[in-house]
Amino acid sequence: MSGFERHRRSGQVIANFTGFEADLLRSLASQLVELLRDEAAAPSSADPLEAMFDFSGPTTAPEDPVLARLFPDAYPDDEEAAGEFRRFTEGTLRTSKAEAAVAIVDDLEDAGLPPELTEDGLHLDVELDERRANQWLRSFTDIRLALATRLGVEEDDEARWASLPDEDPMSQAHDIYEWVGYLQETLVEALNA
Amino acid sequence: MVSPIHAEPDVTHLPDENTLLSKPWVTIVWNDPVNLMSYVTYVFRTYFGYDKAQAERLMLEVHNDGRSVVSTGGREEMERDVQAMHEYGLWATMEQAS
Repeated sequence: MSGFERHRRSGQVIANFTGFEADLLRSLASQLVELLRDEAAAPSSADPLEAMFDFSGPTTAPEDPVLARLFPDAYPDDEEAAGEFRRFTEGTLRTSKAEAAVAIVDDLEDAGLPPELTEDGLHLDVELDERRANQWLRSFTDIRLALATRLGVEEDDEARWASLPDEDPMSQAHDIYEWVGYLQETLVEALNA
Repeated sequence: MVSPIHAEPDVTHLPDENTLLSKPWVTIVWNDPVNLMSYVTYVFRTYFGYDKAQAERLMLEVHNDGRSVVSTGGREEMERDVQAMHEYGLWATMEQAS
């Protein structure tokens, strides 16, 4: 597979995936959707009466470190303002990120990825318009942020990953993280073309 | 000289008071070990409409200095920018310009 490119005649962004790759991407995107819809926004008040009348979003950062990275505090030195910002934005952001991940799942299945991957040698062509390609692009970021948070990726830590034996699950997960990074790099290039 | 004002000024549509009297607010994007340089540049170009040179300069500032002020304005405007940056997966915060 060679990543994404801009189709010269149609202007669409295209990529070819093996069944295995498409299945892997679908699995990552689905896990992200689950995480985004999970951990129902905690009530923002400890007061039960107040909480009952609070129909808006949460005001404290999510406990899951991945979600905390996806929805960082907007006001690092002002807890109250950060809570207000979160109350008005986190729900919308969760929805829009989940929609982008669902777009990946839908587009892969529309391109011919079966619900259960059984056959060998399956290849599928994905064709994205500008809007769809941008959803994929943003979701690749979310998937990479999620993987990196779970793995504990840091600046300039290539040696650490290179030293792990191939069969180490951490090493395999890191390979997937790098692969999604490669896909994203080619997608940015295609969108700039 | 100013001619007499006959119509009552419409004061229901004044901009956010912060933009009139207070110091402006800024949106800051912070460095992280995950986001690709090409992607961050792409976001600055597409969302803010910066040209390639400006977007790359800001991206490099994030990369080298750990943070960069990417936009300045009223508080509500900066809240929109921070929310947009979070939607793109960039780590952004806001503060009042010092």
